[in-house]
Amino acid sequence: MSKAPYEPPTQSVIGQIVDAVLMLALVLVTLYLPLLLGLAGGGTTTKTFDNPTWEALGQNAAMAGQWEKLGFAPAQAAEIIGKRFDYEFSWVALAITGVVIIGYFVGMLRWSDKEYRDVIAEHFDDRPGAGRSGGA
Amino acid sequence: MVDISNTPGALAPSPAAAPKRVALKRVLGPAHVWGLGVGIVLVGEFMGWNFAVGKGGAIAALTACWLAGILYTCVAMIDSEVTSTVAAAGGQYAQAKHIIGPLAAFNVGLYLVMAYTMLEVSNAIVTGDLIQAFAANMGLEGEVDKRAYMVLTIVFLSWLNYRGVLATLTINYIITAIAFAAIIALFVAVNPLTPGTVVMHDQLLTGLPYGGLGILAAMHFGLWFYLGIEGTTQAAEEVRSPARSLPLGTLTGIMTLLIAATITWYIGAGLMPWEYLGQAITPLYDAARLTGSKPLEVFLFVGTLFATLASANGCINDASRAWFAMGRDRYMPVWFGGVHPTYRTPFRSIVFFVPIAILFAISTPLDQTITLSILSGLLGYTIMAIGVIIFRRKWPLDSIARGYIHPLHPLPAILLLTLCAITYVAVFLGYGTQLLAMMVFYIVASAWFVLHRYKYCRRGEQFTMPWPKPRGY
Repeated sequence: MSKAPYEPPTQSVIGQIVDAVLMLALVLVTLYLPLLLGLAGGGTTTKTFDNPTWEALGQNAAMAGQWEKLGFAPAQAAEIIGKRFDYEFSWVALAITGVVIIGYFVGMLRWSDKEYRDVIAEHFDDRPGAGRSGGA
Repeated sequence: MVDISNTPGALAPSPAAAPKRVALKRVLGPAHVWGLGVGIVLVGEFMGWNFAVGKGGAIAALTACWLAGILYTCVAMIDSEVTSTVAAAGGQYAQAKHIIGPLAAFNVGLYLVMAYTMLEVSNAIVTGDLIQAFAANMGLEGEVDKRAYMVLTIVFLSWLNYRGVLATLTINYIITAIAFAAIIALFVAVNPLTPGTVVMHDQLLTGLPYGGLGILAAMHFGLWFYLGIEGTTQAAEEVRSPARSLPLGTLTGIMTLLIAATITWYIGAGLMPWEYLGQAITPLYDAARLTGSKPLEVFLFVGTLFATLASANGCINDASRAWFAMGRDRYMPVWFGGVHPTYRTPFRSIVFFVPIAILFAISTPLDQTITLSILSGLLGYTIMAIGVIIFRRKWPLDSIARGYIHPLHPLPAILLLTLCAITYVAVFLGYGTQLLAMMVFYIVASAWFVLHRYKYCRRGEQFTMPWPKPRGY
């Protein structure tokens, strides 16, 4: 049995502007704000060196030579060398992140399928000759 | 990439009432597809990949480079089949719309927009840093404000895209070729056949500073060697022969990038201590400086500059086309589906992202914008792997004609899903907060789409391919 085509409402100009602004706001709040406030990234530790030398920084002669060609003295290089990622992590945090990602995909796929059934029903059921083989 | 013939003015009430249908001009060949894909990605050899060294050391970065190469080979194989069959503007967005469903398509459209916009931002950041560093190294007097060049890059390339697609992509093709030549020239200059004369891997390689976990962590930025190659599909509606040109352009692109990525690692790891390399903004330019050759330094300056410009150019092109396609389908306000009456480009979608790009470029660190781009790309690859399995189930091989059939299905999809899962863990290591922030963004956007936006979308009209009804529906 054919399904009546869905007729969407027409969105007003104001509504379109609000939607565009909402998307901008979403980008700014969820992606930009954490960066601005220093909440994102930063999983690092910093080791400090008193009066560093290339040896103390664990750099051999070849490494020291390249640092110097790049314009770095041991004191400047120490800031870079002393900064390391901290890979200590909480298994609970990893599990929560995994659940969020999997939940997002499962929810999206299930809801998409629900919407997709409407699309297919309307597209194929309302047209004469629907269901015939096509080709790309 | 859309040839957009005249559309009704802004805020068209409905596609049904439109006097003319938007149509794309088919002017592109395989070389343009190659240029678009490699042009967007090649910048990954000039910057960003080296953050993988920072996360795990040089050996870990090489492992990540090859693992990511496998991931992208799967992407290119799957993408070539789906794109050569669903040759419609919007690339993966249009594919998700026909294969998975509207909410998935909405999300894929956002992935594309965010991945390309953040890649564009990253390019602008590098352009500014590069010009500032070059001016200092050349002993130019005065202070260069890199932020001015970041803004200039975004505005100029947006204007170029505003003016038209063919000229834009032709320029992309030329500057991509020059940038690639710069990598080759640097490779030749470091005497790869006589290790120890210029490159010193035996003295600079330090094993795995973070142990095996570093290999996993490095996978995060390993994607940067190739991220964006799937951008070739954005040209689907504008290539003369999609079934031939898209697979040819995409697969030769991934081969080009595999070679370039390995060469790039060889040069960088053989010239710089891993601690420096792991945080450098312009590693290949720095490598050229270390050779002591001024002409080579200038060539790598030009190469890096061209690579960032080509990439940003392609990103603006692709992000705006995805946004345009979403506007045309009412997934976003229809105002974004408008086309310039003279240049036939999606000018509103191009202009809309300029302020966002500028804001991020002048005020956020490079590794963060790269991570935002990688995360959106990663979500897209995950849905791509799921999508091709659904595609083969709904339309088996004998049901519709395909321009290209990728071999060994479903192994590439399973491998792709596995590598994506590994990469999520890699991003979690060191950038877990950003991973969650990105997920919050897409979850809230999805809720907005389901609860509000989708009511403005027609249902049956979303399906435009001349295919039989999918199996199971």
